[in-house]
Amino acid sequence: MSLLNRSPIAPLEYTRRLWMRAWIGATLFFLYAPLLVLIVFSFNDSKRNIVWRGFTFKYYGKVFENDTLVAALGNSLTIAFLATLVSIVLGTLAAVMLWRFRFPAKAGIEGALSLPIVVPEICMGVAMLVFFARLDWPSDLVWPLNLSAITIAHITFCFPFVTMVVRARLASFNKEQEEAARDLGASEWQTFRDVLLPHMKPGIIAGALLAFTLSLDDFVITFFTSGPNTITFPVKVYSMVRFSVTPEVNAASALLILLTIILTTVALKLQDFTKATA
Amino acid sequence: MQDWKGHKTAFAAIAAAPMAWLIGFFIIPLAMVWLYSFGRNIGLTEIDISGTFANYARALEPLYLEIFGKSVAVAALTTLICLIIGFPIALAITFAPEKWRPWMLLAIMLPFWTNLLIRTYALITVLRTNGYVNMSLGWFWEQASGLKVLVGLAPLPTWEPLPLLYNNFAVVLGLVYVHLPFMVLPLYAALDRLDKSLIEASLDLGAGHFRTITQIVAPLAGAGIISGVIITFVPALGAYLTPDLMGGPDSQMIANVIERQFKRANDWPFGAALSFLLMYATFMLIALQALRTRKAEARR
Repeated sequence: MSLLNRSPIAPLEYTRRLWMRAWIGATLFFLYAPLLVLIVFSFNDSKRNIVWRGFTFKYYGKVFENDTLVAALGNSLTIAFLATLVSIVLGTLAAVMLWRFRFPAKAGIEGALSLPIVVPEICMGVAMLVFFARLDWPSDLVWPLNLSAITIAHITFCFPFVTMVVRARLASFNKEQEEAARDLGASEWQTFRDVLLPHMKPGIIAGALLAFTLSLDDFVITFFTSGPNTITFPVKVYSMVRFSVTPEVNAASALLILLTIILTTVALKLQDFTKATA
Repeated sequence: MQDWKGHKTAFAAIAAAPMAWLIGFFIIPLAMVWLYSFGRNIGLTEIDISGTFANYARALEPLYLEIFGKSVAVAALTTLICLIIGFPIALAITFAPEKWRPWMLLAIMLPFWTNLLIRTYALITVLRTNGYVNMSLGWFWEQASGLKVLVGLAPLPTWEPLPLLYNNFAVVLGLVYVHLPFMVLPLYAALDRLDKSLIEASLDLGAGHFRTITQIVAPLAGAGIISGVIITFVPALGAYLTPDLMGGPDSQMIANVIERQFKRANDWPFGAALSFLLMYATFMLIALQALRTRKAEARR
């Protein structure tokens, strides 16, 4: 359309200027080309991974035959699921606490709640390592209890993000709705469940997806809390990447990228859905 | 807002779980690291918290000061490059037609949602000795060489692949690749709030685009630019994965040194001191930013 549009370029129409288009194109190329190469070459029928030798699914087959990799993926999804579940409860409660009450040292507590977001990952990983080592946290329990240390660490850095998102949502809540419910005889719990919770729902969903992705993605903190029997997907990919560049790693990465795209699409769709029903 | 004293049961029911979690699984672990930073190793696993400052003194030795300085320099360079790349992008998104804007933002954000490890690995596969960058450069080199033969000149010497990986260049490139979205989003948020008529006025009155950007846009969006700089600089300073996978023996950053103290070197007290120094640096930057925004709000 814009190619056919021959009207002169207005001063602020930067996107129609050639140098700007070149700049954007180059940046997007820089951002996407490595990822596309990675995905395309996961289908390449060659071990050396540089010249195209024909289409194959065999490296995907190899990923699923690789038991430790599959187990690692299972661990990652389990941890992400559990961490998300606990994070939305803790995060929502913290958001309601900050939104609703006045209490002593509030600014300090608010700051402390946002600390896990800003602390460098390496410092948090180290703290978790020291903490679980000092407590002699058992690492040889049955699945999924052996994942408890990693899950606890993930909840700690995920729930403040949920708090942040839900709190932003609460800012748009009309308190008169709550007062009306109370006037009409609803108990404190009923008001929370039937008035406040439905209002927070889009925030909670967005927070949950954020927590799930953060947990699934985390490498550094997991690296310090995982034992020999509790490998997660990023930790496993890390050890494979250190070892060599193989099509199998490409295939595993492509699968994770696919999962991320699905999750993002679901998130966008859900947001549209909640917007439409709100 | 309600006072907690009037609603003690409700307050306790809401606050107990998140506060307990925060204290039990965050404050206490951090406090343990803090205490260890004043201790010393006795035996293989035993640590005596003696209140010594020896670990902090050791962190000030030239070797570690140099690594600190290098981490700051690498993070600063990364931030600067992100700003140079990201500013025109943010500007373009701001002035793009309404229906394109969400898609352009999504295009910048999507790589950000992809696993950090996978993005780093993707960059390694294209940069390695027989990766695509070197292969394309080699191809151009051969063509140029062939062209010279064609016009009767001596051919170029044989192509030597560039060392694009396992050095400081690779670390900065990798950090820019990973942190670019961190820069674009706050810049966009700041530019979007600008009063566009001021820019139009400046252009109408004869200032060029460059002059308008440096003298009108940059001062007005100053707060947003600074928050973008801090949001990019802080994670780049504490980066572990990029220097670990893409750096060479001389591109260790502070996070890699911390990791080594806790794993191979097994010197927890010293590692604890280093990680608290990194944390103090982070907090200082964030406090600075908070102070600035508070001042800006007070002025309004």
